[in-house]
Amino acid sequence: MSTHPVASATQLRAENVTLGYDGQDIITDLSLTIPDGQVTSIIGPNGCGKSTLLRGLGRLLAPRSGQVILDGAPLAAHSTRHIATRISVLPQAPTAPSGLTVADLVSRGRHPRQKWYQQFSATDQTVVENALLATDMAQFANTPLEELSGGQRQRAWISMTLAQETDILLLDEPTTYLDLAHQVDVLELIHRLNREHGRTVVMVLHDISLAARYSDHIVAMKNGRIMTQGHPEDVVTAELLRDVFGLAAHVVSEPTAGRPHVIPLGTVQAALAGANRTD
Amino acid sequence: MKRSSAPRTQATTTSISALRLGPVSLRLNVRALVVAGALGVSLVASMALHIAFGGSPLWYPDVLLALFGNTADTAVHLAVTEFRAPRMAAAVLVGACLAAAGAITQTVARNPLASPDVLGVTSGASLGAVAVLVIAGGGHAGLSGLAATVGLPVAALAAGLVSGVAVYLLAYRRGIDSYRLILVGLGISGLAASLTTWILTLGDVTSAAQALTWMMGSLNGKDWALVQPAATIAAVLLIAALLCDRWLLLTSFGEDVAVSLGTRIGLVRLIALTIAVLLASVATVVGGPVAFVALASPQIARVLSRSVVPPVGISALFGAVFVLLADAIAANALSAPLPVGVITAIVGAPYLIFLILKYQRRLT
Repeated sequence: MSTHPVASATQLRAENVTLGYDGQDIITDLSLTIPDGQVTSIIGPNGCGKSTLLRGLGRLLAPRSGQVILDGAPLAAHSTRHIATRISVLPQAPTAPSGLTVADLVSRGRHPRQKWYQQFSATDQTVVENALLATDMAQFANTPLEELSGGQRQRAWISMTLAQETDILLLDEPTTYLDLAHQVDVLELIHRLNREHGRTVVMVLHDISLAARYSDHIVAMKNGRIMTQGHPEDVVTAELLRDVFGLAAHVVSEPTAGRPHVIPLGTVQAALAGANRTD
Repeated sequence: MKRSSAPRTQATTTSISALRLGPVSLRLNVRALVVAGALGVSLVASMALHIAFGGSPLWYPDVLLALFGNTADTAVHLAVTEFRAPRMAAAVLVGACLAAAGAITQTVARNPLASPDVLGVTSGASLGAVAVLVIAGGGHAGLSGLAATVGLPVAALAAGLVSGVAVYLLAYRRGIDSYRLILVGLGISGLAASLTTWILTLGDVTSAAQALTWMMGSLNGKDWALVQPAATIAAVLLIAALLCDRWLLLTSFGEDVAVSLGTRIGLVRLIALTIAVLLASVATVVGGPVAFVALASPQIARVLSRSVVPPVGISALFGAVFVLLADAIAANALSAPLPVGVITAIVGAPYLIFLILKYQRRLT
């Protein structure tokens, strides 16, 4: 099932997409190629269109113009069920019916591959159990979701996306509402999934230092546009923080992996104390 | 947090059990099966009880025997299969349809308050029925001929559908939001109710009185001419509802999760709600707007079977038993028979208050 398509260069890319909700466009004419087998983080200030872009990539939001290409064909040409076997999406603040146990939630990840007469095969069972093990959630298999801590609940949801057995994983702010230890916990898990299983990961992150630490590729957005993208060491610089976030900061090299680490000094206005600033 | 090998033995005991045979595998909820079995037995017992007390009392075991095809006692057999059966079948139909409709709407709207009564379907159907009863009503003679056999059912069904569609369209804004659905439903419900009251003032007193009895939800004097075609439609709808069950759970996730799991959420919701509106309308055509059955049955079925969302089949079984017993009580409690809706309301209203209080506590 999970044999990779014959080296079609990139599995997922956006071509001149314009995305928006009711009112005006949030993203206009944006193109982005997601590097295969790497962890990509999208960063940017609030309201810059990070989540909108991720929703567009995961067909939760249909582009107004342009298209998202999966395996060489536009998303609209694939059935949503087929897409669910290629891309799993973890939306921001996902909701499940109350009383649902972790194992039941994770088993729903098998839905795209099931039929009415094939509701829970032996393969399904194995995959669900492995997904629970990979996220270290096996001991909570029979616990209702609402009885878990925030970090455990996030791991349960990630476990469900694993049970989908997709090559591509889209995560919208997977670390929101988590304390630092649990943020690291979740990011370590994502890192492991990428390194051990070769999954392509795209996530929206707020913490730039953590994004730099755990990503192979960083996409920095502002006002619905991609300002720059590349390896964290090339992208996360003091200039970028000033231009994209309006933040004056030192960027130092953190001691474990030598990745850039942000030490904020204050907003640009405060730091320059009235010095002229171009927007 | 890093335990790589310790939980490996524990992991094999997930709570999900399945029945597997070759390529076929069925998810198994043992508790739900037991509850369904128990309710099935209760259903037969209640059917016999309803018939036994559906007139001059019959000996209960005789009724049971006759139900299972014993023709030895001709009088009992005739009473069971001919005279008292239509009303019993009507009770089963009304209960099962309303409860199944409630299970669907509560799941899709992700809210235990979202029953067809709240969503304006039953009050819409009532408006249609009352309009025919009063405007085409023949005073003392009651409805006659075509108006009774075709006019009333068609008007009720059409009006139920129209209000269901109106609620859906008015509540639709980039998808369906549970709160908006309920608020719009309450609005349409109120509109239909006040239009119904206005129509009541138009007709003569006898027609209005007949309409009022109908509006309470009554199974009095239902005959095969009405019940038989309704039962055929209901059976088809119930089977369709049962087939939707697997998709229904996914609609109870957030929209984004449902889509990312490969669900065509808009389509599934539309089909499920259409089935629910039709089920509720058919039930209203037969029994009038019998209160609280659609609201209470699905949640009781959910608790009994410890399911995450109200199971359609078990809800329908429970609803049928509920209406059978309520109608048996309604027919015998006082010297004059009561409409069944009075009994279901007496049982259901406290439940509604309990539900609202429980929700308030959760919000504060």
